[in-house]
Amino acid sequence: MAEEKKENLITVNIDGQDLQVPAGTNMVEAVKMLGKEVPHYCYHPKLSIAGNCRMCLVEMGMPGKDRATGEPMLNEDGTPKIMWMPGPAIACGTNAAPGMHIKTNSPKAVESRESVTEFLLVNHPLDCPICDQAGECKLQEFSASHGRGYSRFIEEKNVKPKRTRLGPRVTLDDERCILCSRCVRFSQEIAKDDVLGFTDRGSYSTLTCFPGKELANNYSLNTVDICPVGALTSTDFRFKMRVWFLKESKSIDLESSVGCNTVVSSREGKVYRVTPRRNDEVNDTWMPDSGRELYKQIESEDRLSYSTVNGSQTSAVEAIKAAAEILKGEGVAIVGSGRNTVEEQFVLKQIADQVNAKGVYLVARYGDGDGILVSKDRNPNVRGALATGLISDLPAEQLSVLASQIDSGEVSTVLASKEDLVAAGLSEEQLKKVKLIVIDTHASATTKNADVAIAGLTQFEKSGSVINQQFRIQKFHKAVPGPVGSIDDLAALSAIQASLSGETFPSVVGTVWEKIAAEGNIFEGLSFKGIADTGVLLDGSAFSGLAFVEGKSLHFEPKLEAAAAE
Amino acid sequence: MAIHPKEQRLVLKYADEPGYTPSIDSYLAHGGYDMLKKAVTMEPQAIIDEVKASTLRGRGGAGFPCGLKWSFVDRKSGKPIYLICNCDESEPGTFKDRQIVHKDPHQLIEGMMISCFANNVAKAFIYIREEMPYGAKILDEAILEAKEKGFVGDNVLGSGYSCEIVVHRGAAAYICGEETGLIESLEGKRANPRIKPPYFPAVLGLYNCPTIVNNVETLCNAVHILDMGAEGFKKIGRPNNAGTRIWCVSGGVQRPGYYEVGEMTLGELVYDICGGPLPGRSIKAIIPGGSSMKILKNGERYKGKNPDGSEYDWGLEDIPLDYDGIAAAGSMSGSGGMMVLDDTVSIPAALANLMAFYSHESCGQCTPCREGSLWLKKITSRMVHGEARPEDVDLMLDVAGQIAGRTICAFGFAVAWPVQSYIAKFEDEFREYAAHLSDPNADRQAIKELACNG
Ligand SMILES: Cc1cc2nc3c(=O)[nH]c(=O)nc-3n(C[C@H](O)[C@H](O)[C@H](O)COP(=O)(O)O)c2cc1C
Ligand code: SF4
Ligand code: SF4
Ligand code: FES
Repeated sequence: MAEEKKENLITVNIDGQDLQVPAGTNMVEAVKMLGKEVPHYCYHPKLSIAGNCRMCLVEMGMPGKDRATGEPMLNEDGTPKIMWMPGPAIACGTNAAPGMHIKTNSPKAVESRESVTEFLLVNHPLDCPICDQAGECKLQEFSASHGRGYSRFIEEKNVKPKRTRLGPRVTLDDERCILCSRCVRFSQEIAKDDVLGFTDRGSYSTLTCFPGKELANNYSLNTVDICPVGALTSTDFRFKMRVWFLKESKSIDLESSVGCNTVVSSREGKVYRVTPRRNDEVNDTWMPDSGRELYKQIESEDRLSYSTVNGSQTSAVEAIKAAAEILKGEGVAIVGSGRNTVEEQFVLKQIADQVNAKGVYLVARYGDGDGILVSKDRNPNVRGALATGLISDLPAEQLSVLASQIDSGEVSTVLASKEDLVAAGLSEEQLKKVKLIVIDTHASATTKNADVAIAGLTQFEKSGSVINQQFRIQKFHKAVPGPVGSIDDLAALSAIQASLSGETFPSVVGTVWEKIAAEGNIFEGLSFKGIADTGVLLDGSAFSGLAFVEGKSLHFEPKLEAAAAE
Repeated sequence: MAIHPKEQRLVLKYADEPGYTPSIDSYLAHGGYDMLKKAVTMEPQAIIDEVKASTLRGRGGAGFPCGLKWSFVDRKSGKPIYLICNCDESEPGTFKDRQIVHKDPHQLIEGMMISCFANNVAKAFIYIREEMPYGAKILDEAILEAKEKGFVGDNVLGSGYSCEIVVHRGAAAYICGEETGLIESLEGKRANPRIKPPYFPAVLGLYNCPTIVNNVETLCNAVHILDMGAEGFKKIGRPNNAGTRIWCVSGGVQRPGYYEVGEMTLGELVYDICGGPLPGRSIKAIIPGGSSMKILKNGERYKGKNPDGSEYDWGLEDIPLDYDGIAAAGSMSGSGGMMVLDDTVSIPAALANLMAFYSHESCGQCTPCREGSLWLKKITSRMVHGEARPEDVDLMLDVAGQIAGRTICAFGFAVAWPVQSYIAKFEDEFREYAAHLSDPNADRQAIKELACNG
């Protein structure tokens, strides 16, 4: 692929500078390669070209050819003579052709942008002070950088609906809409749910849902992300926070094994929203609505905010000490989780070896794959458990083997991480028969029956990595601190392991990785820091014999993966 | 309508003959479908060559050479080739296609079948303006008649060639006449014109297949080119302006109507055929080719150099009544919808009326046309409502300049050209209007009545 591209490189000239680009690259992208920007609204790298906003107008010319002879026309100095088009051309709809010249900053180009900016503002309500988009609004930015700074419009502005409910999660302010059709194209092309369209004509054109339909699909909030202005707003985020106060942390959507790349936006320890982060190999610029809701678990009613031993509140340190004591006994089984990070799974594996575990289990969690960005495997990190050696086969949905081990008395102690064992098929009676240690974030039948319950962290409160369906290891970063009485799961597990082994054990992600990479497994040579923001593809061929459940989705082809692994 | 002796009727030859009906019998009695019979015995390429040699130009607006358009069609794609007859006829001032459809539908069908055969088209469409329900009915009936006689449908005239014609009623918007908007509309979508590149109809047209879009009158001429031969056809009109044209004259003349003529001057049409201005009035200006085209002012001299180097110096009435003549005078023959403005017409009011139309008809897709057209409407209606400001004239020119040449489709020019040309030719009137009508004592009711758009 890469080689093929190289062969197709052609030379174009942008503002006097020659540049090699793959044939067919559009001029917005070509200019970007030079570190410059052609301002644009309707163009989106992952959607079809609409060419309607006209913000990206540039001057364009091609080397001239003599009509009679077909010979290239030359300037006096022997350079090709460029025949400039009389009118400006849209950069987004202009694909690189050999010898193409464009000017992005000529007086004509500048004037075209100023004109479009003026036009976009004549009927715009200019309600930035109460608009959620303010601070991340393309219209606001480009009006400052490409506008004339004054208005010549003295007529009455058009009036349109200000708060239309398009669906359960999206509210539309039609007056702010610049009719770029990104949301329409997204619905048709990516969500495959053609519900948006325009009614009326001209400047009275109004975005609406088709009669009897609503924008309710699980990708609806992507329209809010790509809306260049404050027309489409997230009903959840609406009027909650000015965006310039938000701190952004790179994260991963852990709702399934797709692992969409995300940004978690928080302020003063509170998460306000989760939005997608571009990864062309995984989720492009999209993510499901469901994954954006996950932050609500941070402050949910049943959140564990302190650890307990025998039901009474205690410090995390005491709880860890108690847990380690219990684990020194015989007949230990370990229930890890596909929701654990690679680092946690690695330490769990160390503990399992240390206590000579009678069994190590994971709980499978399946749902329907949507073929886009939610996969059938709702555990984000089963492959991590395989890669760290915690498990060697795909997990079952029920812990029936463990149940019989408890019934037979073979197992008398269970260490569970991030799983409710009752939900996984054990009875409360069975839980009462064993010494039970659990590290989790939310109350469950398991934490209620635990001898030691350690309050851990949600993904938003810690850092770690997971391995997605492609065997791509991706990392997420702590966005907000956890509740005062909680402890990082990794730190808790490391402390238990240290106590069991009597040796020091690293307790933060970076240092745990030194151990992980030293194992000589598929992580060799890797470090936490070394995992790129868009992840690192690992060699999963050792596991190609396993019958993974995921079907085809965006950038994932299950069969191809199996074939490539061979 | 009585045929004027100075007319030279070809396409409308029989349409107004007493007793001539839209039925196939009338058409057959006048030699109808003989040319289709001839066509199916020819090599398709020979027909294309003949049309090319005839130098026939499109009658829909842009005047693009028809044979050249046909030669651009992508014949290697392996996809079906479609032909669409553009019968949206929505350019204000234009009412010629409806004469053909209402009075002589079989001529259009024959012209289409010849064009389809030449271009290996198996399915053709007539996209007819929504507001012509009667025409759609006539066409439907005519197609049935033609099918019965073997001129349309399977195995045309036993030649082994098959082609269906489907009549599709338009979506009732001006922009449905723009060929790529038309194609979107025909596909069942909103008539938003497509970006070119890449959506040139000849390559990526209807259903992304190669497509020919031609005007009704253009397609009818295919019959006459086969009949007269390219050489015979070229004898009508000046070089590069071959054939007759149907002019639709409206406004301040004694005999408005449609007239099919060969080579003549604008003055011959307006004064001799249409009888000149109404009694006691004089002609102020002429919009030659539909409301989108630039205005021509009476009394002005139109000077320039011909391609052969010779010079011309015309009065309005001397302008040759064809593509190149009107282009040389700085406008375009467009759709042939000629509007005559006499001395009772206020140019700013006329412009306000037009801007009301264009802002209503802009599809709204691209920013300059969408916002610019409504802005211009708001300025011009404010002007004619007695609140003109001296700076409005320059502002209007600026706004028009910000639209022209920066839009997805040519509608942008249709908005800008009237503004630019009306002001260029009648700047004094705009300035006076601004000065006078900003006068607080102005008769606002009279002004309101002038602005037909309320
Ligand atoms: C805004 C707009 C409206 C148009 N309306 C019509 C129309 O009503 N009828 C028509 O034949 N062509 C119309 N055209 C021209 C068509 O786009 C197209 O050029 C024409 O149908 C081609 O036919 P011809 O080559 O036979 O002239 C319109 C163009 C524009 C830009
Ligand atoms: S709502 Fe936003 S994304 Fe949709 S058309 Fe309007 S401006 Fe574009
Ligand atoms: S120029 Fe006007 S009519 Fe044409 S596509 Fe743009 S908005 Fe629509
Ligand atoms: S970005 Fe190119 S036209 Fe909108």
